[in-house]
Amino acid sequence: MIIKVVLIAALAGAAFVLIRGRRTALSLLVRRALMLAAIAAGVLAVVMPDAVTDVAQVVGVGRGADLVLYLLVVTFLFVTIGLYLRLSEMNDRYVELARRLALHEADADAHRDCLEDRTVS
Amino acid sequence: MTDRRVLDTAVVIPMHNEATVITSVVADARRRFAHVVCVDDGSRDDCAALARRAGANVVRHPTNLGQGAAIETGIRHALARLDVDYVVTFDADGQHDVDDAAAMVELARREGVQVVLGSRFLGAADGITGSRRFVLRAAVRFTRSTTGLQVTDAHNGLRVLRRDAAEQVRLRLHGMSHASEILSLVARAGFSYAEHPVTISYTDYSRAKGQRGYNALNIVFDLMVNRLRAAA
Repeated sequence: MIIKVVLIAALAGAAFVLIRGRRTALSLLVRRALMLAAIAAGVLAVVMPDAVTDVAQVVGVGRGADLVLYLLVVTFLFVTIGLYLRLSEMNDRYVELARRLALHEADADAHRDCLEDRTVS
Repeated sequence: MTDRRVLDTAVVIPMHNEATVITSVVADARRRFAHVVCVDDGSRDDCAALARRAGANVVRHPTNLGQGAAIETGIRHALARLDVDYVVTFDADGQHDVDDAAAMVELARREGVQVVLGSRFLGAADGITGSRRFVLRAAVRFTRSTTGLQVTDAHNGLRVLRRDAAEQVRLRLHGMSHASEILSLVARAGFSYAEHPVTISYTDYSRAKGQRGYNALNIVFDLMVNRLRAAA
């Protein structure tokens, strides 16, 4: 069945993104293209509900609703992994930023203590 | 061994809400080491002020960033001093022994190794629970098989890094997985290393502050993803 190949390939792709995913110009293009395709497919499915069932039967799924569910699950996985990677990247930046601030303040404290010692003595 | 103060070494102590014990831990560290750097990782109590009063340099994270992040901050702060040749990482909860730390710096100097790792299984783990021992043993086997390092302890917060090794510490795992990440770094960068027996005193306080055993699985996940991504 075609759907099995499609779903297994999509899940393997999700694992690949988790391990190797980098934010490149190409990945941005793919994401945007998929988003536009999803919108277009959504409009088509609303206008022609029977077409979804036809496509489902061609790829080997009984009902159109099942096909939509399968695609939703896979999409959700990609979105989750994408967000996980994005958030860890943001966290790295945030940690580095906060660290620089902390080190800077510690230097300023040390400098002030040094000046106070000088005025006391 | 003499009880002289070690001048070229900075002790880095990451702390998070440790007001009850930090004064004695810092005072103890100051007994043997000239430089003590406490990194306050967004504590809600006044441990930063207490540590400063006890004679430590204090760096304060504006928010809680994680223990690994605190250690890296402390290392960078310590290395900014040009007279620091060795950095010791030391837990704030009082489970480590300062004399062990001094002996480890001595060992690093004598053997000329870049990294000295504390091992409670070569030394003593006073008051360790059976389940903790089991988790740590499993962690050791995991570390040995994944990094190829012949270590006897995998998650010991007491370690000595020579300046050239400490300068390369850039952690991506900011939370509790940093101990394994440092070991991965040692393996990847090919640092020379030695182990030294240390005594860990498990007190009610340190047990309460310690991690849950099942967090080991989170650490394994962190390491796996991190390593696969690094290799890719």
